[in-house]
Formats: sequence, C-alpha cells, structure tokens
Amino acid sequence: MTRALSAPLPALPLLLALPLLLAACGGAPAKDDAKPTPVPLDPPVAEEPAALTGVRDVAPPVLVRDVTLLTAKADSPRIERGWIRLKDGRIDALGEGDAPAAAAGEAVIDGAGRVLTPGLIDTHSHLGVYPAPGTWAHADGNEMTNPITAGVRAEEAFWPQDPGIQRAVAGGVTTIMVLPGSGNLMGGRGAVLKLHPARESRAMRFPGAKDSIKMACGENPKRVYGQGRKSMPMSRMGSLYLMRDKLIAARRYARDWADYRANPKKKGEDTAKVPPKRDLVLETLAGVLEGTIQVHIHCYRADEMLLQLKLAEEFGYEVASFHHAVEAYKIRDVLAARGVAVSTWADWWGFKIEAWDGIEQTLALTHMAGGLAVVHSDSARGIQRLNQEAAKGLAAGTHAGLEPDPGAPAGTALDAHAALRWVTINPAIALGVAEQTGSLEPGKMADVVLWDRDPLSVYARADLVWIDGHLRHDRVNPQPPWSDFEVGLHSGLPGAQPPAGAARPGTTSGSQSSPQGGQR
Amino acid sequence: MIGTLMALIAIVGGTVHPVEGEPIENGTLIIEDGRVVAVGAGLKAPAGATVIDAAGRVVTPGLIEAETRLGLVEIWGADETVDDSGEGDPIRAAYRALDGFNPDSRLIPIQRAHGLTLFVTSPGGGLITGQAAAVPSWSGPGVAAPIAPVAMVVNLGGRRDGSRGVAIAELREVLDDARAYAENTRAFERNAYRRLAASRLDLEALQPVLAGRLPLMVRADRRSDIAAALDIAAAFGLKLIVSMGAEAAALAPALAAAKVPVIVDPLLNAPENFQRLAARGDNARVLAEAGVEVILSSFSTHNVRTLRQAAGNAVREGLPHGAALRAITRAPALAFGLGERGVLRPGAVADVVVWSGDPFELSTVAERVFVGGVEAPRDHRQAALLERYRTLPDRARPLAPAASDPAPGAAPKAKKAAETPAR
Repeated sequence: MTRALSAPLPALPLLLALPLLLAACGGAPAKDDAKPTPVPLDPPVAEEPAALTGVRDVAPPVLVRDVTLLTAKADSPRIERGWIRLKDGRIDALGEGDAPAAAAGEAVIDGAGRVLTPGLIDTHSHLGVYPAPGTWAHADGNEMTNPITAGVRAEEAFWPQDPGIQRAVAGGVTTIMVLPGSGNLMGGRGAVLKLHPARESRAMRFPGAKDSIKMACGENPKRVYGQGRKSMPMSRMGSLYLMRDKLIAARRYARDWADYRANPKKKGEDTAKVPPKRDLVLETLAGVLEGTIQVHIHCYRADEMLLQLKLAEEFGYEVASFHHAVEAYKIRDVLAARGVAVSTWADWWGFKIEAWDGIEQTLALTHMAGGLAVVHSDSARGIQRLNQEAAKGLAAGTHAGLEPDPGAPAGTALDAHAALRWVTINPAIALGVAEQTGSLEPGKMADVVLWDRDPLSVYARADLVWIDGHLRHDRVNPQPPWSDFEVGLHSGLPGAQPPAGAARPGTTSGSQSSPQGGQR
Repeated sequence: MIGTLMALIAIVGGTVHPVEGEPIENGTLIIEDGRVVAVGAGLKAPAGATVIDAAGRVVTPGLIEAETRLGLVEIWGADETVDDSGEGDPIRAAYRALDGFNPDSRLIPIQRAHGLTLFVTSPGGGLITGQAAAVPSWSGPGVAAPIAPVAMVVNLGGRRDGSRGVAIAELREVLDDARAYAENTRAFERNAYRRLAASRLDLEALQPVLAGRLPLMVRADRRSDIAAALDIAAAFGLKLIVSMGAEAAALAPALAAAKVPVIVDPLLNAPENFQRLAARGDNARVLAEAGVEVILSSFSTHNVRTLRQAAGNAVREGLPHGAALRAITRAPALAFGLGERGVLRPGAVADVVVWSGDPFELSTVAERVFVGGVEAPRDHRQAALLERYRTLPDRARPLAPAASDPAPGAAPKAKKAAETPAR
C-alpha cells in the first residue's frame, strides 16, 4: 500500500462523488505529487476506445435528391419529394422539393422516387456472439456456469467476422445492441454497436452509448440450472431471490466504494485505506443502481414483468426495455406509464409455455397505449427483415380494427409512420441513443437507408445503406464479403457459386448504381 | 354458413389465380359440394348459389405447407405435447405421424386464419424418420380425412452418432433389405431367412417407397448429401423429394433432370452451419430457372402463417410471383400426390382463399378461407385473447370472459363476481 504523506483531500459530497467514482471504480489512489504514480490495483476496462474509433475515416459527402423521406419524427413524418445531404458522418441538412446545388466533391444520388428512412436499429441481437456458422465452437453468448455472471461482456465474445453482420446491413440495419443470451439471470453486459466492418468489436462501439445488463426471468434460467443441474434457481421464486440477493450486495459494494472515494485515508491519519476489492459482477450491478448501465430484461409473462418492475423499484433503477415480452399487451398501461420499452417480435409465440399467450397485436396495442413499441429480432435471419416484421405488426393491428385506449396520448395513431418508428426511433430511445440516431434530423449520425420502394412492402430491398455517412451496402454493386470466413469459401470448387457478398446479382428495377459502389 | 358444407357457392368479381393458367380478372369461381365446378371470367352465379362478392379481392387456392410439425408439437417446452419423434432406433419407417396427431391442436386455427388449408406434417429425428401425413386445416363435417402416408421421411447430414458414410450405408442397407424382405417374405415369416436390418413393420412400411408410389422425402442441406439422395433414389428407383436443400442450387441441373421437387426456405441466405456453407437467398430462383419444381416452406410449426411471407421473400429474391404461388399450392400437391388440390379448375377440391390483396404482401389479410368447400371458422385462441384485452380490464374486477368463451361456464362466474367485493 502506498503511504500518502500529503494532507487528506477535502471529502467530496457523497452524492456528487458517487457516479464519478463508480465510473472509475478501481482507479488510482489519491493524487500525491511527491510520490511516483502508483500502479492502480485494479485497472478499469477502457469504456471508450478512442484510439480505435478515431481511425474511422471521414465519410465523403453525399446528396440524395428526388427521394421520399420517411423521417420517423412525430411531426412531419413524410416528405413526399425531398432531398438529404450527408456530410462528415452526419445528416447535414434535408428539405422538401428541389435539392440545392451539389457542392464540389459531393456525390449526387438520384432517388428516382425511392424511399429513404433512418437506419434500422435492433435492440436484441446475438450477432457475433452466436455467429454463423453455428457450432459449439462459436457459441459464445451464454456463460452458463453460474446464474449470475453480470461481469462478463458480450463485446468480448463478439466475433466481428460473423457473416450475419453484412447481411443485417443489407437489410437496412445500422445499429444493434449485442446481448448475452438468457440462460442466466444476470447474463452479462450488452453493448451498442454500429455495424461497420471492423477487426474488433470495440471499433464498432456506438460512441457514448451506455452498456447494458442482460437479465432474464422465467423458463430459461429455471431450465438451465433447476432442471439441468438441480441447482438454484429451480423456480421463479429462486430467480427473484438470487437477483435480489445480488442487488443487495451491489448496494453495499457501491456504498463501500463511495465511502472509500470520499475518505481514502484513515481517520485522522495520513495512511491510505485499503480500497475495497474490485468485483466485476457487483461493479456491473452497481452501475445499474447508479444508472450508468441500462437494464434490459428477457421476460415473457405479464406477471413476471410486473415483478421485475417491483424489484427495480426496491433498488431504485429503471428498466429500459423488456425483451420478447409477448404478454406486454396485458400490462401495456403500466409499461407505457413507466416508460419501459417493449422489444418484441411481430408474431413469434407458443414455442414454450411462457410464450403461449403471444398474439399478433402486441406492437400495435403497446403503441396505441402510448408505450414504446420496438421490433427486435433475436435472430440472424429476423434482423435482415425488421421492416417486414413492423409491417406485419401494423397489419395485425389494422385488420383487428384496434382503437386507441380511452385517454391515450397523442401520437398513438396506428399507421405506417408508427410502424417505421418501431424499427428506428423507438429502439434508439430504448437504447438511449435517440439524440444521435433513429430519425432523419440534421445533426444526427448519417445512418440512413435508401429503399427501392415502401419499406413496409415484402418486396422492399435496401438499395443503399450508409452508416456514419459511409456507404456500407450497395445492392446493385455488391461489396466483397466483409467476413474473412466467406473469402474464398467456394474458390476452386465445382458447382454453382453463391453470389458475392450478401447481395444477389443486380436486377435494375428502379435502382441506380452509385458513384460510391464498392467503397469499404 | 361457417363450418358447414354449402351446396353451391359462387365467388364473383375477384382476380382469380387458378395457378395452372393465367390470372383471371373479374373471375367467377363456382363451388358445388366441396369441389370447383367452374372457373372463368364473368361467369354468372347459378341460381340458388351463395354469392360471395370478391370485387377488388384476390382468389387463390388454399395454401399448402410442406414441412411442419403441426398437430405433432404443441409447445416445444412441454414434453407431453411433443409427439414428432420416435426414439432410439434410427430406423423408424413404421412410425406414422398421424398416430400421434392431435386434430385439436390450438395451433391449427391460427395458421388457417392466414390462408392455410392443408399441411404436410412429418416426424423428426433418426435416419428413416417415419411417415408424413397431409391434413386439412379444418376437420369439421364434410371435409376430407387426412391423407397418409404422403411421404417417407429421411434425415441426411452430419449426425452425432456416426458419420455420413455410416448413415448412407445404413439407408442403403435398409432399402436393400426391404426389397429382400418383399422377395422372401414367406421365408422371413417362417424364420428361415437371414437377419434383416430393420423390423418387420419398418420393412413393410418401405414397400410403397420401393414401388415408387410413396415419395422418399430426404432432408439434406449439403451438396454431397443431396447428391447421395439422388444416387440412392436412382439406384432403387425411388420417387424423391429433397427438403431443406440449402445447397440445392449447386445441383440444380441434376435435380431438374431427375424431376426431383425441392422444398426450400427462402429466408435461408447465410452459411448458418457447416452443411449450409453455399446457402443462397435466391436458391428458389436458381432452381426454378433450371426447371426444378420448387416448393416453399415456412419450416415452422407455430408460424406456418409466415408461409406467404416466405413466398414474398422468394419473389424479392427473383422468383416470379406465379412460380412462388405455385410453390405453396400446386407444387406441394403434386409432389405429395394430393390429387386435385392447389389448383382452381373444375374437379379440384375447393380449398380456396379470398385475400384482401396480393397474398404475399404483408398488409394483406385472408378474408375467407374455404377448406373442401366449407368456410372455415376464423376464430382461434389468439383472437380470443385479443378480444379479452382489446380494452384493458378494470384490474379491480375479475376479467370479463372473452367473446368466444363458452357461455355456460361464464354466467355463474360473472354472477359471483358481482356479489363478491373486489380485492
């Protein structure tokens, strides 16, 4: 232990100090100019890989004109014929009618009446952690050795060579949250990623986005531990017990660190205290209590979601989103009032008992109750067609003749604009990144998709996809595969070859080649 | 009237897709006693017919799902509802899906509401998995009984117990012994014949396969496995159907030459596992262009209702619309020997759907569904749940019964609720 000789630092007010201290918990002892900088006991994991994100090159400017803009904004959701300018990785400007003159060096794309939307966002992906090809050697999404593994990070299992990533982009997806699986009660940290081709997950991190914790209730942890191993949790009450027990420990852990930070030296002495032992599980949970880690919970049944909300109340944290949530329609008033997003499928149901009450109108009912409806995929296939899932959710609600609940807030009309929000701005809100992406607004990240037609059509294809202003998908001029796994996969072999990249060889129905074709 | 056989029905004014033949604008479809009796443009409804106005609507044959466990599996997570698989012995030719089939599966009405009129439900697991059955989606009076068997199902590909070579050798041996059994049945019965590679019932069950009457449906993804299936079918003179077929496009000419229909999942477009490394999203298009009879499947049990979305995605990947419709109607009917189904022409079984628009489009709904000329009920458990929660119940009181709950049970409950103060 370092003996600090200088006078004690003035004690910081506890409440102010806490978030700061937790963000850096395990950091260096108190400043001491007279001594060499001591080695931190427990080096914290770098949260922001500035050195890596910094190497993203600057995207060239693009002007898309004569295009229908679906903005995903509550007001002016549709500009029938307009233009949009992408510059320095951001949406620079957009407007109605004729486009301004192109600037020097600006690529101009004729929308030819096609439709441009924000990039799609998936709150629930296991890309990279359950990559293709699926095999035990690739299955890195569930650390099912203990029901509580809150300290592990999906980002550290993420294989950036997953062939599914490029296919998701070809489906118009620009941002995902990659999550651990649901075998554990507290399965670990999830991370928000931009779907750039990259050599490691940290280079894909969404700048400034909070990490999340993936929690799970219901059948999965019961099955894995109770059924599979005769260990806790065998029951839902066991699940809640374990969660609560760990949260209590986390509260103490957070307080211990706060106390240490506020008073790093022994009372009346110059002697440094021994800092609390760093515990990665409790560190994540302390982040939950502090609000630096978002809470995302895999949960099917309405009663269990209510239980989880009660648990959150006990410990004073917010639930960002329930996932799967096939019974959310039964408690949509509560979820809307609490501002908890409902990340769900359009029609998956019934494959297990807790999914037995799924209906096709959960998205519509959630939305119409003023809640935050989100289409999630949980699937390397589904993520390629989030727009289709939104369209199904809309159709199910429309054909059922749903009426808004009495007293429903404004903006709850069930229409195509609502459905687009389920895959754009709503997931952005659920992930805490809506200031940066999820709608077409100047200043937001240039995450946009040019569709060959109405994206709610089953036939719609993403012609061009930009992420941070970089063209990452060009349907007519397919890029080579991003994944090394797919490089040369069929070289030197007989038989028909699959088309290069994720796209199929071009047809030209209404689409145009882009001046940036093939850009990496 | 829903659920009963109407003697004479005329569906008028819609765009009729007969599947074999061009779409008919302002088409009339006349159904008598469960069969189509006439299809044509602007035909007059006969006197006494129940007339259904389909103006602005699309009329197609009912959809046929070729690969599902409907009625065999209710909830994967509830063991006592999972009846799709025999156990132990990988040779289960005598295993009949229909024996464990549950016509009261709550899943079936949910799929029917999306235009499903018939499905081929088949077992899983093992090498020779057992016998598939074709089942109408409405089993009320007046509708034909299930047709079984419609295929003998085989799984090829990497297995945990043994290698591909073991599986393929075993398949050949069993087929060979089934032939030997047929030629030496009397000696076998007298116990005067060598030991055979399968049980008597299995060997019996394989006879229609060897005779080329019952198709052998081989699930295989890798090109080499599909090629092995083609070889075996040629060697034994079998009628083959390939299912899954992730890498089938690579064998398209051979499959076309052998007239082998292929059941394809159009959402499969990635090297999802090591048997699917050459999977491609336009598999269906490539096969169809080579002249293969393509069948599209949802490969689902709870969501067979996504079959039409699968067809839409095949079109998105280049399969012509008419071919995609054929691939979920007439093509499976032909492949599984289901007779005059999946087509609208005189004599065809009147499995018919009236759609609000393009059946593949996600905004479209199946407005009327006829199974064997009977208009099937449109309600199902999910619809009833929706009704219960259409408006949120007052949580201080017990839930109101859903509209479709049986009235006798509901009445006393409601009375009791009124008398008991809410807690």
